[in-house]
Amino acid sequence: MENSSTPTLEALQQELEKLRAKTTRLERSRKDQLSIAIVSGDMDRILAAMIISLAAAAMDSKVKLFFSFWSLSALRDPKKKAKGKNFIAKMFGMMLPKGRNKLKLSNMNMCGMGPVMIKRLMKQQNVLSLDEMFHQAAELGIEITVCEMSMNLMGFKKEEMIDYPNLRFAGATTFVADAGESSMQWFI
Amino acid sequence: MTTEELKALKSNLTVDARGTACPGPLLAAKKAIGEIESGEIMEILSADEGTKNDIPRWCEKVGHEYLGFYDEDSFSRLFLVKD
Repeated sequence: MENSSTPTLEALQQELEKLRAKTTRLERSRKDQLSIAIVSGDMDRILAAMIISLAAAAMDSKVKLFFSFWSLSALRDPKKKAKGKNFIAKMFGMMLPKGRNKLKLSNMNMCGMGPVMIKRLMKQQNVLSLDEMFHQAAELGIEITVCEMSMNLMGFKKEEMIDYPNLRFAGATTFVADAGESSMQWFI
Repeated sequence: MTTEELKALKSNLTVDARGTACPGPLLAAKKAIGEIESGEIMEILSADEGTKNDIPRWCEKVGHEYLGFYDEDSFSRLFLVKD
């Protein structure tokens, strides 16, 4: 009786092997990585996402940003023009902010007065501008993925997106896969 | 380390990040840390109050040894040893 309840050395070793495999799997699924799905196109929200991403990248976390829907305005290059747009796409293009420096505030936008004031304050208090933030992000290897589906939906084209190293065009699956292996997954 | 001990330290590299707000000082520190060898001392000058909390957390995460800080008139000096 006593013998049957005491595990043998072999059984323990097997158990240990199983646990070891499990911890390896767990460790791999909790990479030191930050994945953010950025859906908002408000200046304040893009600012927050960029500041946190820069801090994470500086702390050696891998950062992967997935830009979707309204946030795509922030990735438009005002100097670039895309041809072959239909009427609705042209309307969207006209009505949405053309680039990161034209974004509105989620609060106190006041017909554009708000962003002007915030930008002045940021300069006064030595906060990096969005231009500088994107520049630093590229330098720190922050990855940006454009949601292809919402880009098409809003009538934007690849040709009008900013120059950014390894800018990727992909879908929700890519974000889910990235987020699944990240220890931090956010939605802004 | 006490302020006296910190004042007596000879830094191998001083990073002046007084002209930037969060997360500027961290970015400056991250960029500069590559310029010194392991075991050498880096000094960061920052006028951003939050840096005093941020830099120790960064050191803790990436393995540098944070030594401490002391305040000057309008900024702080933070010290660390590179891992």
